[in-house]
Amino acid sequence: MSEINRRKFLEGLASTTAGIAIAPGVLLYTTQAKAAVEGVSSAVRWGLLVDANKCSKDCNACVTACSKENGLVDNGRPTTDPQWIRKVDLKDKKTGKETSLPMMCQHCAEPPCVDVCPTGASFKRVDGIVLVDRHICIGCRYCMMACPYKARSFVHEAVTDQKPDIPRGKGTVESCSFCVHRVDQGKSPACVEACAAKEGAMTFGDMNDPKSEISQQLAKYPTTQIRADLGLDLGVRYRGI
Amino acid sequence: MKPVVFKEWKDYTPGNPSDAFFGKLVAVAAVAVVGLLSAWYMEHHGHWVTGMNNQIVWGMPHVFAVFLIVAASGALNIASLGSVFGKTPYKPLARLSGLMAVSLLAGGLAVLVLDLGRPDRLIVAMTSYNFKSIFAWNIFLYTGFMVITGVYLWTMMERKMNSYSKQAGMVAFLWRLALTTGTGLIFGFLVARQGYDAAVFAPLFIAMSFSFGMAIFLLVLSTIYESKAFGDFLMFKMGRLLGLFVAAVLYFTIVQHITNLYAAEHSAVEMFILVDGGIFTALFWIVQVVAGGLVPLGLLFPMGGGLTRGRIQLASMLVIVGGLAQVYIIIIGGQAFPLVLFPGMEVTSSFFDGVVNGYTPSLPEVLLGVGGFGIAGVLLMAGMRAMRILPEDLSDKAIDPHYTE
Repeated sequence: MSEINRRKFLEGLASTTAGIAIAPGVLLYTTQAKAAVEGVSSAVRWGLLVDANKCSKDCNACVTACSKENGLVDNGRPTTDPQWIRKVDLKDKKTGKETSLPMMCQHCAEPPCVDVCPTGASFKRVDGIVLVDRHICIGCRYCMMACPYKARSFVHEAVTDQKPDIPRGKGTVESCSFCVHRVDQGKSPACVEACAAKEGAMTFGDMNDPKSEISQQLAKYPTTQIRADLGLDLGVRYRGI
Repeated sequence: MKPVVFKEWKDYTPGNPSDAFFGKLVAVAAVAVVGLLSAWYMEHHGHWVTGMNNQIVWGMPHVFAVFLIVAASGALNIASLGSVFGKTPYKPLARLSGLMAVSLLAGGLAVLVLDLGRPDRLIVAMTSYNFKSIFAWNIFLYTGFMVITGVYLWTMMERKMNSYSKQAGMVAFLWRLALTTGTGLIFGFLVARQGYDAAVFAPLFIAMSFSFGMAIFLLVLSTIYESKAFGDFLMFKMGRLLGLFVAAVLYFTIVQHITNLYAAEHSAVEMFILVDGGIFTALFWIVQVVAGGLVPLGLLFPMGGGLTRGRIQLASMLVIVGGLAQVYIIIIGGQAFPLVLFPGMEVTSSFFDGVVNGYTPSLPEVLLGVGGFGIAGVLLMAGMRAMRILPEDLSDKAIDPHYTE
């Protein structure tokens, strides 16, 4: 009897020791995971300001950069090929004034796509970036029906040679991600970088930080939110339209 | 009224060889199989082989799916008339009404699911919910409808449960109102598009469901019953009711359009549908309003001559054709009209901004949609074969309380 007790004691001692030995590793692991999540903060609201006065009709640099960065391939089928960003040309019917601007996901604070998505695949990160979780998107396209900006594309055919940071897949919906993989590394979206080298019409930054360039420009100049009547509080603002 | 005797289809009509059932079943199943093969083709290649694209994101499969789902809740009305509203002549039809409702809903949902970009992720749709989405609510409304209608059928068919059938019928009736409301609001809640964004879609869809469901029910009944066994009394009663439902659809259609016309921001989309929208304008006036509305009204409430069985059958067919056109105009027309992002501007882009979006349905997507009718038909026929669904006698003598020899 006493021997069994001793054996139980030794077993208990061994498992406790093992537990103490392993525990720091376990704790270290969970700590790491938490740190990655903490990288995104609701204190930040990423935004983009487009100065249409500087945007030239002939320039397509932002579109080209987006396709290259995100691995969007032209299959020669314009009605079904995905477009995350497009150049829109405007002509005022009364005055004839012409304007050109890039149009993409407006990263709404109140995104209709997120509201209507049945599975929660469309979601908004706490820093304001609207994304699609391709793992739970069922391809119903209700978000495309709901988006006021026609900003989303459905992947109509198989995709190959995908970029490691940008998972895509046939049968799911996708849109501009503000190049979230670059933003998380402290860089600007690819379109903004390309525009800076050409026209300098795009400013990207934290709209919650009063010292950021975008906040200072927003404070200084009148800007427009497209379909402001919907009250969606957009992450993309325009000057000169 | 003497007690109703219910039979399985196989021994319904004396002298009706049972191979007539299987012949019909094979024909209906073939439609379903062609639909399934079309879905496989679309999923294998990707949606670029269809007429749907990034501008017209919902196409023919959705037209058929929405039509079937709306008609499903309407098909249950015949049962509701009997058990909720106490209209005795309809009581013998309650079982068929419940079975048809479940079958049509299953057919419509099958089309909807098979058109998904990732139909293999159906389990995700069943386990991962965003409760702010009316789509997610609809998943509960649809599955709930099947369960509740199943229980309702059980209370009608199990003698011990008969006393609960009124309550079950009431729950099913309320549920079906919620279901059609939910289906209408899939469009009503789309604030972004000028053609939608209107709460009137909820009652409009309810009126549509009454009408489409009754039309399909009448056609199915007159297909499986000889005129001797399905008397004029019941047929004419249902025909006149169909007429009322057709009038209700026309009424809500008028409300839908004048509401939109009243708002200046929506006048362009109304001009598009009502005046210069090409195929949509033609479909609206010729197929939906005249062929699917005014002509059936004339047939069902004739000025000269009496109501006839032929007129009711023709009216039912026209209501179905007009109904499909109506759903087509709502779904495709609403997307074809360009989104208004820059009022007062001419807009051009590589992504078809500012232009009316074209849509040419491909054969596979049409066949998938039609396949929904096939799937519903197979389920309905299997149910009628396996269970005692069909009343033996629907003749005037059996149904009409004032019948005289």
